[in-house]
Amino acid sequence: MRTLQFILQKEFIQLFRNKVMVRIIFIIPFVQMLILAYTATFEIKTVRLHVADLDRTKTSRDLAGHFSGSPFYKIVAYSHSEKLSQDDILKNRAHQVLTIPEGFEKDLLTSGNAKVQIVTNAIDGAAAALMNAYTLSIIQDFNINLLVESTGIQAEEPIKTTRSFWFNPELNYINYMVPGILVLLVTIIGMFMSGMNLVKEKETGTIEQINVTPIRKYQFIIGKLLPYWIVGLVELAFGLVLAKLIFDIPIVGNVWLIFLVAAAYLLVTLAMALFVSTKTNTQQQAMFLSWFFLVVFILMSGLFTPVDSMPRWAKVINTINPVAYFIEVIRMIMLKGSGFTDILRNLVILTVYGIFALWVAVWQYRKTT
Amino acid sequence: MRGFIIKEFYHIFRDVRTMIILFGMPVIQILLFGFALTNEIRNARIAVLDHSKDDVTTEIISRITSSGYFILDEYLESEEQIEDLFRKGKIKEVIIFEENFAEKLVKDKTAGIQIIGDASDPNTANLLANYTNAIIKDYQAGMLLNQASIPMVITPEPKMLFNPELKGVFMFVPGIITILLMLVCAMMTSISIAKEKELGTMEILLVSPLKPLQIILGKVTPYILLSLINALTILALGYFVFGMPMRGNIVLLLLETILFIIMALSMGILISTIAKTQQVALMVSLAGLMLPTILLSGFIFPVENMPWALRTLSNIMPSKWFIIIIKNIMLKGIDITYIWKETLILVFMTLFFITLSVKNFKIRLA
Repeated sequence: MRTLQFILQKEFIQLFRNKVMVRIIFIIPFVQMLILAYTATFEIKTVRLHVADLDRTKTSRDLAGHFSGSPFYKIVAYSHSEKLSQDDILKNRAHQVLTIPEGFEKDLLTSGNAKVQIVTNAIDGAAAALMNAYTLSIIQDFNINLLVESTGIQAEEPIKTTRSFWFNPELNYINYMVPGILVLLVTIIGMFMSGMNLVKEKETGTIEQINVTPIRKYQFIIGKLLPYWIVGLVELAFGLVLAKLIFDIPIVGNVWLIFLVAAAYLLVTLAMALFVSTKTNTQQQAMFLSWFFLVVFILMSGLFTPVDSMPRWAKVINTINPVAYFIEVIRMIMLKGSGFTDILRNLVILTVYGIFALWVAVWQYRKTT
Repeated sequence: MRGFIIKEFYHIFRDVRTMIILFGMPVIQILLFGFALTNEIRNARIAVLDHSKDDVTTEIISRITSSGYFILDEYLESEEQIEDLFRKGKIKEVIIFEENFAEKLVKDKTAGIQIIGDASDPNTANLLANYTNAIIKDYQAGMLLNQASIPMVITPEPKMLFNPELKGVFMFVPGIITILLMLVCAMMTSISIAKEKELGTMEILLVSPLKPLQIILGKVTPYILLSLINALTILALGYFVFGMPMRGNIVLLLLETILFIIMALSMGILISTIAKTQQVALMVSLAGLMLPTILLSGFIFPVENMPWALRTLSNIMPSKWFIIIIKNIMLKGIDITYIWKETLILVFMTLFFITLSVKNFKIRLA
């Protein structure tokens, strides 16, 4: 027990002696949280529309006016040339071009049917589909106006849809993003700092000195991992306080439940770090390998893009992705107030996973080189 | 100088494990992310609470479920069930039809549908509500057109430019290419120089007759080659596996790629002149570069939707400009006259990083 105490003491001193590192651990992540929480929205606030009016009649102007009346649209240019409108799309000045062809009004009055063309920059396919839907509904609306004007029939929309958004009625995406960023902070501590630390001893050769001491394998490993387990939880606490103070993020559920899950989650990441460090010899290798896993885990976890839309095999990969479990749970607890029974499945998986991974990593670890 | 570069080559290529990681990682990552990352919504699980259960509601439900966006998880019996299901995270949306829906629609000319979204994921909730609404609107428009003969109608002809099938990969693959190049290049160089410092071999280089600029050039040359191989692999995968079109000039694309690589490498050098140890170099290039590159470059989230301050900040992200360049060349097929501004910005950034790191490069050790 005394041996363990000394090892822990040594590790803590070593960790906090490195002032640059301490600053990096605590400052960079929070600056990022402050900045990045605001980035994560797919929402399209305004569609930049270029109207190429080749017809130049009252109806064509009315149609354009219908668009400028909608809060979704900003008419960036109102031209009479197809060439100019093409250019605006190529240069990204406009999302969409509405081309009203020559003879539009005449066609409408004589044959009762006139065509307009809507060209959308579809590189972002999902956004393009949405913009297209907005535009079609505005034209549909204009059609109904025409109908009312010409025939006097009341054509009200018979089906009334109402929407309500639970847990986050104002659709504030910061509430969604901040819990995810918290997970990221904990992960970077758990996976990088600890693994790097172990390999560093290997690379600089100081591990030999420890190997010749009577320190047991388990004592050494606990000494290496426990400090980061504690730092990870402290950083989570710090992050939660900041999230509450700065963003006023709702924490509907039980805070202790978050820490319980985090404790299990950190076991998994620490075990992975230990495993990586047993398989590598230099810090560079360890870094690249952990970086690889980290980027894969983060991008596949549903932190930024919905897991539901991923193909089946990606969901299969996610069953071994600890980040995915933790992100799901932390959002459930913080935003929806999910209770112990709701998250039990994820908690059990993380715990079993953590113990198993730790067992494998310890088993793979060799005191001799 | 030549000898020094050769030494650096040996240094890198000798370490087989690192080589495997450096070449294998980007390939696996682009394959994984290219297929898995998308901002489209598919197969979202929903529940329906149908108080009416008549022909009209059944028809609307079947249209919703056959749209491909939704999977009907279950029919609910009462509103009390909703909260519990949301808490468990089983479903994303509930659609409620009021009682006697079809009857009211005919008699009162109005009937109500309520959409309840689980907005703990606001992006998805909003999108799903929009999709649901569009499907209902579509049904309604069909209904109206059947009733009255309309004397005048404008028919819109939608055309999706550059990506007619609305594929998600067109949006994401350019971003993945950029981010992998950026992170691998910047991280590789920053760590390799920090390593010399940490292990003390830097002193040997410093007492040699090599000038700081020569040391930096020697360090970077092998990585330019490495990154170029990586870039070609990634671009080829984008083309052959993900069906990214190559509508513009391929030579222009390669030149731009080389420019971007040199930019990322010089950024890595700058980091390494500041960082004393590998750990610090890694944390700076990881924590300082990874998230901002992913989030502020327009890779996943469109920059134009962000608050003003972040839009301004995004201008100093080199990756933002390169993503625009790739999209313009590969997807839009336009030439240098449309992207000279972005190219100049990258050139300027490269010069900035190189000047700063040569200036920062300390000949004496502290």
